[in-house]
Amino acid sequence: MAQHQDHHEVDAHTGVSTTGHEWDGIRELNTPLPRWWLGIFYATIVWSVGYWVVYPAWPLITTTTQGVIGYASRNDIARDLALLQQQRASQAAGLTASLEQIKADPSLFRIAMAQGKAVFGDNCAACHGVGGGGAKGYPNLNDDEWLWGGSLGEIHQTLQHGIRVAGDAETRISQMPAFGKDGVLKPAEIRVVANHVRALAGLPTERGVDLAKGPELFATNCAACHGDAGKGNKELGAPNLTDAISLYGMDMASLTETLTNSRAGVMPAWGQRLDPTTVKALTLYVHSLGGGQ
Amino acid sequence: MTTIEHKAPRKSLWSKHKIFETNSIILIIGVLLVISVGGLVEIAPLFYLKNTIEKVQGMRPYTPLELAGRAIYVREGCYNCHSQMIRPLRDEVERYGHYSLAAESMYDKPFQWGSKRTGPDLARVGGKYSDEWQRAHLIDPRALVPQSIMPGYPFLTKTELKFDDIADELRANRGGGVPYTDEMIAQAASDLRAQATPDHPKQGELEARYPKAQARDFDGDPARITEADALIAYLQVLGTLVDFKLYDNKANIR
Repeated sequence: MAQHQDHHEVDAHTGVSTTGHEWDGIRELNTPLPRWWLGIFYATIVWSVGYWVVYPAWPLITTTTQGVIGYASRNDIARDLALLQQQRASQAAGLTASLEQIKADPSLFRIAMAQGKAVFGDNCAACHGVGGGGAKGYPNLNDDEWLWGGSLGEIHQTLQHGIRVAGDAETRISQMPAFGKDGVLKPAEIRVVANHVRALAGLPTERGVDLAKGPELFATNCAACHGDAGKGNKELGAPNLTDAISLYGMDMASLTETLTNSRAGVMPAWGQRLDPTTVKALTLYVHSLGGGQ
Repeated sequence: MTTIEHKAPRKSLWSKHKIFETNSIILIIGVLLVISVGGLVEIAPLFYLKNTIEKVQGMRPYTPLELAGRAIYVREGCYNCHSQMIRPLRDEVERYGHYSLAAESMYDKPFQWGSKRTGPDLARVGGKYSDEWQRAHLIDPRALVPQSIMPGYPFLTKTELKFDDIADELRANRGGGVPYTDEMIAQAASDLRAQATPDHPKQGELEARYPKAQARDFDGDPARITEADALIAYLQVLGTLVDFKLYDNKANIR
């Protein structure tokens, strides 16, 4: 048991004082902390005082102490972004030229391609694919068929204002009627129209369907937007129906779905998210993918 | 015991620490006191300091449909792979947009900042993709993004949203400090239906209560309100509420 609780006894074997505790003859050494360790420990305490002075630290009534160097992490990011803008200033200045001028100038065009490719990967690839190959419902940007036009100006307009974006006054907008759902055409008539559209595209039609009524139904319901010959109308985003390229599929099931419930693909208005030169660079990049007109 | 020398007892206050080492209750009380000093200095000020949350225009509580979508986001563990926190670093701002503000998650109980990005950050995913894309992507991510490793959630479009307790959900959030009014709570189910149904007559009321609420059919099935409706409505509002045209970056440096 601890016999001499208030006395510091020195252990003869090690020369170190004990804590005075003793259990069954075993005594606890009171080895002092190494000096190097204690030195560092006190140094960190001194350091923290300096830190309080230099950096924002102590909470006050409405704010905190600001520190003598006025550090704020949000200043860092503001400075980084300003620096980036400065680095890109010459490029951005170049990209204020018109789309045609940029395209004609090899050095500007190279800048636009580099920026466009990076931005396409971040924003467009999710729908249109990394290489712009598209998917069902998301147009292939490599071919020469364009819903809303493939000239630089038309691509720029589509990118800037999007397609069917609520709240953007200049967005591309049109709405194909839901012929089946709204009762404009009966299911049998939809079948005839679907087969007629397949015939327009040079695809085989179903047997046992009387196509005689096809042209009349097409002229009454479809031609206003898709044209008498089904060649489409880029003003309305109405696709050309006579080629093999189709956004939603030309099989009977897809055509029936399109005619019954309609389609209304949406693309965001990138002008709301990206700055003007970035949209320009993206325009040139998309234009260069293979289908630009 | 002849080998032990006796030293004079030290009477300093320092030697009184023995009381902590020999009495566990006193030790516990001492530990709690020391920890609460840390809490008082580091945590408590955040509740009263004016610059903890930025002053912004446009933030509003989630609509009932968005709130229901948020519950599904939490239920499915989306936060395990997606963060909702754009850090103030140049490359993040370049990729995702303006860094996240504290004000943008002030109505998130709890916040969904996350700590891991297996998938991309979603803090500003609202409006980045169309509803159709979100739907198709939730059903089968690899149909749209071949290299994706995100699991599919095809059941969301097939599962009716259960929202008989949505008013309680709002009430619980109000308990946590979200400023839902009595009217918002009373009309919660009605607002939810109005937001998920195209051309619903009560959409005007919804927009009066929740400015900039987007009301439409989100899941491609106007006849039903599914879990996909709720989740997509939530995703489409993320990061879109604060009006950065009116936001003063300089005033909020801190």
